[in-house]
Amino acid sequence: MIRNVPQTRTYFFGFRLYMVVYFIFLFAPLAVTCVLAFNDSMFPSLPWKGFSLEWFFGHTLERTGIFHDQINLTSIWVSFKTAFFVSILSTIVGTMAAFLFEQEDFPFKGALFFLMIAPLVIPGVILGISILLFSNTLGLFFETQFNLDFGLFRPGFWLVVLGQFSFITTIVTLVISARLKKFDPTIEEAAMNLGATRFETIFHITLKFLRPAIIGALAVSFLISFENFNTTLFLVGSEATLPINLYLQVRDGSTPVINAISFLIIFGTSILALVNLYFTKKE
Amino acid sequence: MKKSIRWGLVIFITPVLLWLFLLIVLPQVDMFIMAIRGENELREVGFTLSNFGLFFSEPIYWQTFARTAVFAVMVTALTFIITMPVAFFITKVVSTRFQGFLSLLILMPFWVSELVRVYGWMILLRESGVINHFLVGLGILDRPVEFLYNDITMVMGLVYTSMLFMLVPLLSVLDSLDNSLIEAAYDLGANVWTVFTRIIIPHCMPGIVSGSIVVFMLTLGNYLTPNLMGGKNSLWFTEQIYNQFIASFNWNQGSAFGFLLLILSSAIIWAGLKLTGQRLGKVVQ
Repeated sequence: MIRNVPQTRTYFFGFRLYMVVYFIFLFAPLAVTCVLAFNDSMFPSLPWKGFSLEWFFGHTLERTGIFHDQINLTSIWVSFKTAFFVSILSTIVGTMAAFLFEQEDFPFKGALFFLMIAPLVIPGVILGISILLFSNTLGLFFETQFNLDFGLFRPGFWLVVLGQFSFITTIVTLVISARLKKFDPTIEEAAMNLGATRFETIFHITLKFLRPAIIGALAVSFLISFENFNTTLFLVGSEATLPINLYLQVRDGSTPVINAISFLIIFGTSILALVNLYFTKKE
Repeated sequence: MKKSIRWGLVIFITPVLLWLFLLIVLPQVDMFIMAIRGENELREVGFTLSNFGLFFSEPIYWQTFARTAVFAVMVTALTFIITMPVAFFITKVVSTRFQGFLSLLILMPFWVSELVRVYGWMILLRESGVINHFLVGLGILDRPVEFLYNDITMVMGLVYTSMLFMLVPLLSVLDSLDNSLIEAAYDLGANVWTVFTRIIIPHCMPGIVSGSIVVFMLTLGNYLTPNLMGGKNSLWFTEQIYNQFIASFNWNQGSAFGFLLLILSSAIIWAGLKLTGQRLGKVVQ
């Protein structure tokens, strides 16, 4: 059953066959998407009509490659901007929350911790809807009471950032808390005995110790934000993020440009995953 | 010393409180208030339970609701059954040299967005898709068959998209299981089934529960996969909510549905925790 227990032949081969099938199941959709991005055809399907880079670099009336496709390029840029702000914001607040729950003591800490992990069990669609409703309520309130009009309260870029921030911060907090648990508090005490203030200690010692976890959290939150669909769906205004934009295109019939974008996403996230692995291994 | 620590508390707690109250608590409260508001026959807006009443009086709504719940539980169970042997293989069976590489390889696809993965399945399965191309080419089928847009494909897609959230906790609990316990059980004459049910499962329970909670919640609240892979008849409750909000512009009705979905997911997760004797604060870490 395990490495050091003798196994029967059927068990040995059966298990390995299962793993082979599993890996095919796992990689088949991604592999086929990547391969078809290079098919010289108008449709993302077989037969194979020869190798082509048209869906990346093409600039003809019939075929507009991704690097000349303005709508898709814009949505990629919007997703980058969103993910940039979400990852920075959620990492800052998540780090503060990790300090709060690991190192501080205050009344109702247990209840607040419970509230902090709540976004993990609230479906993303519900988060999106409730934030949409609440921002609408606030917008109406400011308009009727003070005759003020804030763009922030209408679906759009910043509402998407806030919506994604609301649950990604929980994930960041858990990642950084896990690292902070391993920190030896006597080092902080030593620094403070030698005259450092609490914030000097945190800045020079604790944050240095947390650096791999913080970089990991930045990478993870960037990716989650970049590919979020469920929460974003309700908050998006005129600037569609990449997943929303792709969803609309896939639903209404697809062209190999989507394969080309998918290829770039698969390639990009693999690199980010490797970078993240490199930093978490260092811990 | 004492004073500076209090200042630390204030600085740390302010953004956390702002985040939790402005983006989690108040929006949920607001959603509930929206859900119990509505117009009466005289077009006056007031508090009413009619939004919930419609849910129970129109079979399509509560049937979709029940269907979504049953399918989500089924997807959770299937995900566990499929990923458990994989996690076991990586942590216990394969030689330690390949362990790191294999676990990296197995987690890699999940870094790619759900949309791309679902899209990959659509290219494989649809009528003009890759699998049909090969099946017809090999003479197994006379003409292409539509594999997409039915319940089986939708369940497979949901399992595929949520496997990661079961795999990660399973890998970590199995990693902490001492191999000598399994060896000792074998030496004492236990068979595979006994080892599995008496040693592996009890040890892995926290991981199984945390994986199941996340998979269940994500499946229940999924919009993308049922929408793209499920057929016209395989409605998902999130689609009903979306339709109320975007198509009918009936926000009160949509809020009521959203609130019901929230109650359902909390109730089933609570029941699951109670049944297995786990605590939420423990399993998410």
